[in-house]
Amino acid sequence: MNYFPDEVLEHVFDFITSHKDRNSVSLVCKSWYKIERYSRRRVFIGNCYSISPERLIARFPGLKSLTLKGKPHFADFNLVPHDWGGFVYPWIKALAKSRIGLEELRLKRMVVSDESLELLSKSFVNFKSLVLVSCEGFTTDGLAAIAANCRFLRELDLQENEVDDHRGHWLSCFPESCTSLISLNFACLRGEVNLGALERLVSRSPNLKSLRLNRAVPLDTLQKLLMRAPQLVDLGIGSYVHDPFSEVYNKLKIAFQRCKSIRSLSGFLEVAPHCMSAIYPICGNLTFLNLSYAPGLHGNKLMKLIQHCRKLQRLWILDCIGDKGLGVVALTCKELQELRVFPSDPFGAGNAAVTEEGLVLVSAGCPKLNSLLYFCQQMTNAALITVAKNCPNFIRFRLCILDPIKPDPVTNQPLDEGFGAIVQSCKGLKRLSLSGLLTDQVFLYIGMYAEQLEMLSIAFAADSDKGMLYVLNGCKKLRKLEIRDCPFGDAALLEDVGKYETMRSLWMSSCEVTLGGCKSVAEKMPSLNVEIIDECEQMEFNLDDKQKVDKMYLYRTLVGHRKDAPEYVSIL
Amino acid sequence: MVLEKDLNLDATELRLGLPGSSEESLRISNKRALPNMNDDSGVAAAKKCDQETAPPTKAQVVGWPPIRSYRKNSLQTKKTEAETGGMYVKVSMDGAPYLRKIDLKVYKGYPELFKALEDMFKFKVGKYSEREGYNGSEFVPTYEDKDGDWMLVGDVPWEMFINACKRLRIVRGSEARGLGCVV
Repeated sequence: MNYFPDEVLEHVFDFITSHKDRNSVSLVCKSWYKIERYSRRRVFIGNCYSISPERLIARFPGLKSLTLKGKPHFADFNLVPHDWGGFVYPWIKALAKSRIGLEELRLKRMVVSDESLELLSKSFVNFKSLVLVSCEGFTTDGLAAIAANCRFLRELDLQENEVDDHRGHWLSCFPESCTSLISLNFACLRGEVNLGALERLVSRSPNLKSLRLNRAVPLDTLQKLLMRAPQLVDLGIGSYVHDPFSEVYNKLKIAFQRCKSIRSLSGFLEVAPHCMSAIYPICGNLTFLNLSYAPGLHGNKLMKLIQHCRKLQRLWILDCIGDKGLGVVALTCKELQELRVFPSDPFGAGNAAVTEEGLVLVSAGCPKLNSLLYFCQQMTNAALITVAKNCPNFIRFRLCILDPIKPDPVTNQPLDEGFGAIVQSCKGLKRLSLSGLLTDQVFLYIGMYAEQLEMLSIAFAADSDKGMLYVLNGCKKLRKLEIRDCPFGDAALLEDVGKYETMRSLWMSSCEVTLGGCKSVAEKMPSLNVEIIDECEQMEFNLDDKQKVDKMYLYRTLVGHRKDAPEYVSIL
Repeated sequence: MVLEKDLNLDATELRLGLPGSSEESLRISNKRALPNMNDDSGVAAAKKCDQETAPPTKAQVVGWPPIRSYRKNSLQTKKTEAETGGMYVKVSMDGAPYLRKIDLKVYKGYPELFKALEDMFKFKVGKYSEREGYNGSEFVPTYEDKDGDWMLVGDVPWEMFINACKRLRIVRGSEARGLGCVV
């Protein structure tokens, strides 16, 4: 089979970068497997419990970049107790002991301790990039270790983590010799930062392309930073409050005019809406605008800002933009591909300012739209059908009606037909989240039409087991299925247990599955970990198989039961 | 459940719960206006040990709407701040050696504001009339609005005033006479 020396094959494999493709390459034959594994530099592990660090290290000795995901997605919404798992320490410990020259670590929904960060910072000489998304468990002390010890650090990107901010001088811990920073994002930190240290750091980082500041960075510092880094491509503004007649503001206007490369803008964690005109010069080039943390920006000021952004491809916004504001988006942003509309009042009585009207307007005005996350007050079948017709290119479609079982307010019907139109029209749909009043019918449509669907999120829907069965039978490419508060029971769960081995994971909470049903799955499929999460330990008192299970999380794994589960998790 | 104090029926009542526990907290959390909520899910939710026992409205279904806690906490903080954050403005008085700052949100209306200013700077505001302003007073309260114009305090409704006011200046009556006369 091998007409070429290994080096040639390796060179060819270099051009194959997607994880999926490289995985396929490794399955062709033994010699390709061998060449592939030695030349593999980047590995993605979607569930940290599906494999062990030791096996990873054994197979890919040349590993440089590792991506790990820990907790299940519904952990984002407080459905998974804090100490459920997803600890990164064992991975870092194992990698540190090995000869792996780790350069990049990207973590999502994992528990990261200061200890792990310190070990990380001291174990890998060429460590370059740390990206933490929705993680927790660390403090600014851990960041100080990274800053102090990673001499060639290029990227420190903290996105939406819960960090215990000790207000220490972690920024000052970057040594004078550190001049390699390309990306620095600390927007999620809530504490003060040493502004002088920040200014000096930016001054000595000529390659800095991405800088996202936290709320504690005031406008005059922003102005100074921009003057020192006019080459920035991605900017996250911390505080944007002050007097529009002041000297600082004039200087800021000049600074923005010099920043000709900014394509991505976010933050405005604190904002005075009457100062937005300074930003207009950079709006025309923006491809990404994230105002989803800026509730102070709405109404006409927001509208005016958006009207300047003609090249926008991705827009993240709060629902205070209103249907009218979305109309402005539809008229202005003809290149729009991704839209996310978040609720500005998550605890309120569901008074979202956007409805189906806004979505229809955007779908009509932005034909390139392919990714949507939309929190709204209501939705109609007619609107969804129109959207499906206008935008057949959706890859991601996530709709969240604030009242999760609300029917079509015009016809009082379930939203089955609307979502059915979406899956039928959008042949490339990979991710779907449903809400509103839904019966088994919508799942029939999903099973029939959503051939490329990989991830499905269901809440408060369906009438019977049939719903779940339609999906399991129909969606051949399904990888992640997460269900809450639906009447799916053992019959659906047990229909095709082999299917779960083809998927990454299945989450079911507040459904009708019983302990006996879960045990059955575990018995038949030793390659799955079936976890029962029982926070208040009601199961201890009652081991009856007929007992309904509150939360079940099952996932395929090559390494059996994990040893770090807390007491309230039983692995069957 | 009406309890007859004398008979102490509660103590002798047959119940399914553990001794000492009451059914009430379970029932309250069962009250969700959503279908497909079988008893067990309701109970399970109730058994979130550290959950508060206030009756949940639709908006308080755990994990709904599905937004990341980080985002929820951020918006909550901002809301609280917006509600409790002050509206501080500088106050200068002609002849005073330094300026002061006051929080306009603290006052419910003009009378309260004037009382505070009078206490702070030891002067008397005098009587306000729509036609003549504070004619007759030694000192007159003025403010700078969002457009940069200097206006007489008291002409517009209180809410409008506190949203427009950027700073306050208490001028000598002699200078202010111009303000009072110009309509």
